[in-house]
Amino acid sequence: MNNNTKKRLYILLVSVISVLIIGKFVYETLEKNIVYFFSPSELYDITELPNGTIRIGGMVKKGSMKKKGNDFSFVVTDFKREILVNYTGIKPNLFEEGQGAVVEGILNSRTNLKATQILAKHDENYMPKEVADALKKSGDWKKKYGK
Amino acid sequence: MFNFLKAKNFRDFHDHYIFWVKIFFLSLVIFGLLLSLFISPADYLQGDTVRIMYIHVPASWLALQIYGVMSVCGLIILVFKIRFFTLVSKSIAPIGFTFSLISLFTGSVWGQPTWGTFWTWDARLTSMLVLVVFYILYLLTWKFVSKFLLAEKLSSIIALVGLANLPIIKFSVDWWNTLHQPATIKLTETSTIHSSMLSPLIVMFLSFLAFSIIIFLIRFKLESLNLKINSNK
Repeated sequence: MNNNTKKRLYILLVSVISVLIIGKFVYETLEKNIVYFFSPSELYDITELPNGTIRIGGMVKKGSMKKKGNDFSFVVTDFKREILVNYTGIKPNLFEEGQGAVVEGILNSRTNLKATQILAKHDENYMPKEVADALKKSGDWKKKYGK
Repeated sequence: MFNFLKAKNFRDFHDHYIFWVKIFFLSLVIFGLLLSLFISPADYLQGDTVRIMYIHVPASWLALQIYGVMSVCGLIILVFKIRFFTLVSKSIAPIGFTFSLISLFTGSVWGQPTWGTFWTWDARLTSMLVLVVFYILYLLTWKFVSKFLLAEKLSSIIALVGLANLPIIKFSVDWWNTLHQPATIKLTETSTIHSSMLSPLIVMFLSFLAFSIIIFLIRFKLESLNLKINSNK
C-alpha cells in the first residue's frame, strides 16, 4: 500500500467513525419520535395525551365488532388495556375480529378514539388454507401463533 | 490474485456466453412464473393477493443487495482508486433503481387490498423511499457532472453515505412499530412461510438475479468501451 492509499484509508476510517457517532444520536432521537402507532398500554401510561391525529395499533377484540350500516365500533386491545373505536366508512377486506389493526383518528378520552382511517395489519405468516385449517384442527395453531 | 478483474475478461464473457445466460434466465423465469401463478396455493388469509409477494420480495432484496454492492465499490474506488469498480457500480445502478421502483409499486398494489391504503409513512416504507432517492442522486451525478473524475468521486461518496440506510430498511420493522410486517424469511430462525410458497419465491429471486446479470454484462461492456473511447480522445 503506498502512502496516498494509506492516507485515503485513514480519512475514510475517521469519516466512517464520525458518521457512526452522528448516526447513534440520530437513532436515539428518532427512536422516541418515529412512533407509527401507540399500543393501548402505551397510551394508558402516557402522562400527557397527544393532541391531534394519532394512530393506535393492536388486535381487534373478538366479539367486539358492532356494525350499523357504515358505522362501526370495535375494541382494540393489546391484551392488557383496551380502547373503544368508532369509525364511519369502508372497512378493508382483511380487517376482521381477531386480526391486527392500526387505527388513525382523534382521541376523545384515554379509552375512546374517533377513527378517520382503519388499516388492517398483516402478520409475517404465509400458508395455504388447508395447512391453516389443519393447524387449527389439531390445536397447534394456538401453540404457534397464540390467537 | 485479482487478475480476472479486468474489463476485457468481462467483455469477452459477454461475447461468448450472453446467449446461454439469457436461456438460463428464460427457463428460470418461466418455471418461476408457473410456480408462483398457477402451482403455488392461495394464502389462507390474503387469497390470491399473496402472489404479488413473488415479485415484490425478490425485487426488494435485489434493490438492497445491489445498493450494497455499489457501496462496497464506492469504498474501493475512493480508497484504492481501481477503475474496474467504477464500471461495475455504474453498470448495476440502473438495475437496482428499477428493482426499488418495482418494489414500491408492487408493495402499494398489495397494500391497497390488504391494509386498506396505497401508501403510509411508516418506517419501512419511508426508508425504502429514501433508498430510491439515493439511487436517483447517484444516477443524476453521472448524468450531470461532465468531468469523469469528479463524477466518479461524487457518485462513490453518495453510494457510501447511502449504505447507512440499508440496515435501517432491514431492521425498521423490528426497531419501530410499523404497519409493514416483520421479515418472514429469517437466517437464524425458522421461516414463517409454508414450503409450497417458499419455492416459487426462491426461483423468482434466482431468475431476477439472472436477469440482473444479463443487464449487467450488457451495460458493463457498453460502459467500459465508452471509457476506452473517451480516454483515447
